Amino acid sequence: MNLLFDFAAAFASLCFILAMIFALIRLIIGPSAQDRVLAFDTMYINGMLTLLMLGIRSSSTVYFDMALLIALFGFVGTIALAKFLLRGEVIEP
Amino acid sequence: MNGMDLPLWAAVPAALLLVIGGLLSVIGALGMLRLPDFYTRMHPPTMGTTLGVGSVLIASMLVSSALLHRPVFHELLITLFVVLSTPVTAMLLIRAAVTRERKPPEEQQ
Amino acid sequence: MMQTFRRRISPVQVLVLTALWLLLNQTLALGHLLLGVALAVVLAWGGSTLRPLSARLRRIDVAAALACVVLLDIVRSNIAVARIVLSPYGNRKLHSGFLDIPLELRDPHGLATLAMIVTSTPGTVWVGLSPDGTLLRLHVLDLVDEAHWIELFKNRYEQRLMRIFE
Repeated sequence: MNLLFDFAAAFASLCFILAMIFALIRLIIGPSAQDRVLAFDTMYINGMLTLLMLGIRSSSTVYFDMALLIALFGFVGTIALAKFLLRGEVIEP
Repeated sequence: MNGMDLPLWAAVPAALLLVIGGLLSVIGALGMLRLPDFYTRMHPPTMGTTLGVGSVLIASMLVSSALLHRPVFHELLITLFVVLSTPVTAMLLIRAAVTRERKPPEEQQ
Repeated sequence: MMQTFRRRISPVQVLVLTALWLLLNQTLALGHLLLGVALAVVLAWGGSTLRPLSARLRRIDVAAALACVVLLDIVRSNIAVARIVLSPYGNRKLHSGFLDIPLELRDPHGLATLAMIVTSTPGTVWVGLSPDGTLLRLHVLDLVDEAHWIELFKNRYEQRLMRIFE
């Protein structure tokens, strides 16, 4: 039965990496700045999921903290970029 | 799974959830790549961030609970955080897109 | 309103913050429990100046029903969006567009909850409220029948949120 689980975990990792590649293509070709920010957002979520898969496959909980940090910093980064696109500055006086 | 034994009640649902989560994420990213304009491209990545993240984290909870022989809940924190934060970024991004399209290009900063 | 406001610590907030701390440390030890309670009280006291409004949940049963409906809708619209993305000629006959919905909900917490629900459902994104707060603008990926959409939206979410928060 572990064979089934290993196969599913490898499949999921492959899916997340493929999703990151798609997001990377959109990040490079994206015609407008908001497309690029959206691609960045998708990319960090999938990176976090890849890290979680690494944690599941190696059965350690160390990766959890890293995933939480990626989620936090990715959120802050996307908010800052979106705010910059909206107003032209991140922190308004 | 280097020598670890995963019981059947955890392995089958976790495998199913992982496959579902992976498929949702990759379809979301594919949609972001191939849909025609920015507003339609906003929608597919939401699939990966709601149900995709949710199913992967439930699978992670199942596996670590089964391996450590005690209930492990702390993946709920990531779920909570992602569920609370992605709508905020989506709303800010779409408002940025709307205001940028309303302005003529020479006024854009 | 602002003059009569005084600093109050809501017990629910303290409870949630303590639970979060214990979850983060994965322990139930007495030391962490005390530290968590102390941190939660300080944070809730500090945060109380940021938001003088406090939410009141009137109907827990309606809220639970709403949560189930939202979960089902997320699953259903995930399948719908996946079908649109994977369909070979989907791009050509895609009827996406903005949709304006007249809104009766006024409570800010209800509006925030509605924004979260709408945006975390794939296929719909909250764009914004009109300045007087009577018209809600959404962007919908597959907009087939506008009147049907508005009807569904008002019956499914707005009525329940008005019963919960107002």
